[in-house]
Amino acid sequence: MSDVTLVEAVNMALAWEMASDENVVVLGEDVATNGGVFRATVGLKDRFGYKRVMDTPLAENLIAGTAVGMAVQGLKPVAEFQFMGFIYAGMDQIICHAARMRNRTRGRLHCPVVYRAPFGGGIHAPEHHSESTEALFAHIPGLRVVIPSSPQRAYGLLLAAIRDPDPVVFLEPKRIYRAVTQTVEDNGEALPLDTCFTLREGDDVTLISWGASIMETLEAASSLAEQGVSAEVIDVATISPLDRETLLCSVAKTGRAVIIHEACRNGGFGAEIAASLAEAAFLDLQAPIVRVTGYDTVMPYYRNEQAYLPKVADIIHAVEQVIAL
Amino acid sequence: MKDRYEFHVDRVRYLDEHGAPLDTLPELSNETDRLLAAYANMVLTRTFDSKVIALQRTGQCGTYPSVLGHEVIGTVIGQCMAKDDVLVPYYRDQAAQIQRGVTLTELLLYWGGDERGSAWAHCPEDLPIAVPIATQCCHAVGVASAIRIREQHRAVVCCLGDGASSKGDFLESVNLAGAWHLPVVFVVSNNQWAISTPRALQSGSETIAQKAISGGLPGHLVDGNDYFALTEVLDQALERARAGKGGTVIEAETYRLGDHTTADDATRYRSAEELKRAWDREGVKRMQNYLHRAGLWDAEKEQKLQGECKEFVDIAVKAFLASEPEPPTAMMDYLFETLPAALQGQREHLAEKYRQGGAS
Repeated sequence: MSDVTLVEAVNMALAWEMASDENVVVLGEDVATNGGVFRATVGLKDRFGYKRVMDTPLAENLIAGTAVGMAVQGLKPVAEFQFMGFIYAGMDQIICHAARMRNRTRGRLHCPVVYRAPFGGGIHAPEHHSESTEALFAHIPGLRVVIPSSPQRAYGLLLAAIRDPDPVVFLEPKRIYRAVTQTVEDNGEALPLDTCFTLREGDDVTLISWGASIMETLEAASSLAEQGVSAEVIDVATISPLDRETLLCSVAKTGRAVIIHEACRNGGFGAEIAASLAEAAFLDLQAPIVRVTGYDTVMPYYRNEQAYLPKVADIIHAVEQVIAL
Repeated sequence: MKDRYEFHVDRVRYLDEHGAPLDTLPELSNETDRLLAAYANMVLTRTFDSKVIALQRTGQCGTYPSVLGHEVIGTVIGQCMAKDDVLVPYYRDQAAQIQRGVTLTELLLYWGGDERGSAWAHCPEDLPIAVPIATQCCHAVGVASAIRIREQHRAVVCCLGDGASSKGDFLESVNLAGAWHLPVVFVVSNNQWAISTPRALQSGSETIAQKAISGGLPGHLVDGNDYFALTEVLDQALERARAGKGGTVIEAETYRLGDHTTADDATRYRSAEELKRAWDREGVKRMQNYLHRAGLWDAEKEQKLQGECKEFVDIAVKAFLASEPEPPTAMMDYLFETLPAALQGQREHLAEKYRQGGAS
């Protein structure tokens, strides 16, 4: 048992599963000797060999499609995209093949592949390195989209993603790759997919978020508590398929919902959650659902990225709005 | 500076367009059963093809890509592959798929709009047809990687057309096959047309085979209507792959004798004279001529084979036309191994809406 960062927890989960299942292989750019640009795969090549930890040529479409070919042969490839900003070249393969293989062969072949990518802003990275476009994947039937927000959930959810017999897009919030440490027991125990995690219980308002924004959301909840407002905090974790039950139960209790995400608002996944709550919990709601999100613009270069990101004060302000109603 | 670079790629052929040997034929010319089986598969494929087009024209099947002009290439692929090799086809590989064990009824189901048409019972590892052009090349190198990781002596055959050779998927996959020494053979059926775009506008390179060189693979140019030439080259490429010596690109030249699909009209963009010249070089008649010359065939045998093929196709068509569509709920049942709780309500909605085929 040790205190580890989120990226170390990713590494621990990969190592655990590679040791226990010889079908698990890792591929991507610079994942072998270099251990990945964020060091998520460090040490795996030395332990499991170059046959199972493969540096690929620099071609994201190829990485996505090669993983499909490996997966239909019964391997469990974990493919790394260096940044989410470069995953788009692979989307043809992810959308047209990984997500559809089981369906279009009526179960004859399937794709137990995990596509990992660091995502989100806040680390002073260059252009194309800071976007949050998880909603693009959540729109695709046949894909799971999983986003951990702590070292423990990174470990448990990545194990679950690798063991899942269907494709998972696993998005790692790189802003909190090393922001916090947490005790993670390296025991191979997975956490459930398709399930929201209630991180803090409360009665007055439900704060719904995922990924790095969970940090600001929890901080806002603490501040609100000092003001006498009891906020429930839910980490959605698997944004698709969405665990609507947990969200509806919470809103039935609190009557108020604020959704927080770093991605732009227009067509962001918060819209799907807001629509689901409006459809199924309208009579429970005592105030309109409010979203705290990034702006509907191109992610600014890093001199202005903090101005783009939702802040604790924005969340508190949104809660004050809905509580006042 | 040169304004264009050229690579020398040998063009392999054994038969002239009338089926007469140009040179001493490879040893397989003594394997009478193999030759007759190949010809029978070509005729069956052509018989099936014309029947599906007739079904489409009469509203009994959806859009369908004719295999006319590709029968030799597919037949050679089907014959050269071992059972445990893996075929990664494109949509004009019916001749190969039939030999791999895909039934005519399954092919009809697929083009007739039914997902069960890719749930092949007899070749469980072969990939389904990839509709987005060239995407299958990446799957082929993935399958080949799995074979290499597991140190198996198997090979992958990846099929594509001349249009697909322009896409990154193909070039990236050739590149990986070279870098990782993968047991994969790319067979590019160069039928001169990508819908309405002629080969000369597809690429400035003199041959498609030479694109192999960019990835460090050998590339061969073969007359794709010449059964002996393609068999020899593909057999060697597969042996090389199974022995762990790496991949190969084969450009098999032919001509698309039909429209791109039943939704296309090739008279809009190519001349009747060009088509006529292509018919003079086509491979099925050439094979038949060869068999005649070799004393292995006659009019009576031809008539018997045609009758058998027609009968075989008719049985499959009957089974296809008699089949019921899957219930609407099937659209949810194969998305994931287990239907997520989040989707159960939608499945129930479908079941309710179409209860006993009720809704209209």
